[in-house]
Amino acid sequence: MKELWELFSVFFRIGAFTFGGGYAMLPLIQKEVVEKKQWATDEEVIDYYAIGQSTPGIIAVNTATFIGYKRKGIVGAIAATLGITVPSLIVIIIIASSFMHFQNNEIVQHAFAGIRVGVTVLVLNAVVRMWKTTVKDLAGVILFALSFLLVALTGISPVIIIVASAITGIILTYRKAVDR
Amino acid sequence: MTYLLLFVEFFKIGLFAIGGGLATIPFLQQLAGKYDWFTSQELVNMIAISESTPGAIGVNMATYVGYQVAGIPGAIIAALGLEAPSVIIIIIIAHYFMQFADQPIVKAGFYGLRPAVTGLIAAAGFEVAKVSLFNLQKYIDTKRILDLLDLKAIILFGILLFLTNKYKKHPIVYLIAAGVVGVIFKFG
Repeated sequence: MKELWELFSVFFRIGAFTFGGGYAMLPLIQKEVVEKKQWATDEEVIDYYAIGQSTPGIIAVNTATFIGYKRKGIVGAIAATLGITVPSLIVIIIIASSFMHFQNNEIVQHAFAGIRVGVTVLVLNAVVRMWKTTVKDLAGVILFALSFLLVALTGISPVIIIVASAITGIILTYRKAVDR
Repeated sequence: MTYLLLFVEFFKIGLFAIGGGLATIPFLQQLAGKYDWFTSQELVNMIAISESTPGAIGVNMATYVGYQVAGIPGAIIAALGLEAPSVIIIIIIAHYFMQFADQPIVKAGFYGLRPAVTGLIAAAGFEVAKVSLFNLQKYIDTKRILDLLDLKAIILFGILLFLTNKYKKHPIVYLIAAGVVGVIFKFG
């Protein structure tokens, strides 16, 4: 029981003190989980992180689930996941409920019109960063363009893009293997 | 009924959004079109708030949408719906399949997935730009092409693009600055 509480509270702290999501969380996870608690080695955390990136869902949640499961099985996984989630729940519920009262305020509307421009810049920067690490060859350019155009122009479900692009990746890889 | 719908929709997002928090945005945009839960402009506000508050961005956005749709129970249900597939998948992998990320078939799948996910997020960014930089409603009202562009917003966009790439400050710094500029120059 004590260790379940520790799992919950360590991930609660990680959830409460990282701004900027998944990638900002890795250093804090390393500090809390590797240095302080010695629940895992650096290599293990990086492995968990890599798996967290290659499985569906939020990377930070995946990593928390992984460490929780390794420590205490399924209940450990749930304790760690709840730990990383509860700070978000508290903070967002407080902000969302107060924002509902302020959102028709003229100043708040001007501020958010400016902030939305800021979000556009952040998303564009993220896309450029992702482009540099994910689009490596002609096939990548075509998949990027198809995915972008189909979603932007037709509003097709992203689910279809995810499934179709994974299948395309598998076919292309094995065709290459056969050609050789 | 709304609770069940929220859970199912966020479960789907948790199951198919690969690549972390930002990857949930295209799915959330689909929700904006499918239900009258929130507008695409409100979604961009939610992205801003989720990036400026502690915690994982994807979880924050799910919580926000859930709260807006169905109050505190909605917030909890949406967050848990988003996380349930992760928890199930990670437990299976941790138990049976530690070499998951090194499997040839997984690598092959990601060869196709990675650029496509970037394309998905680019399309989401395009939607974000539409509600942030353009005045679609004003253009529809006046039919003047110049009214389509929100000039003040585009100037701020250019300045922020330059600053974010020159100085690597935390995103929250730029969002606050953009908010201050918005108030001073009466954006929107």
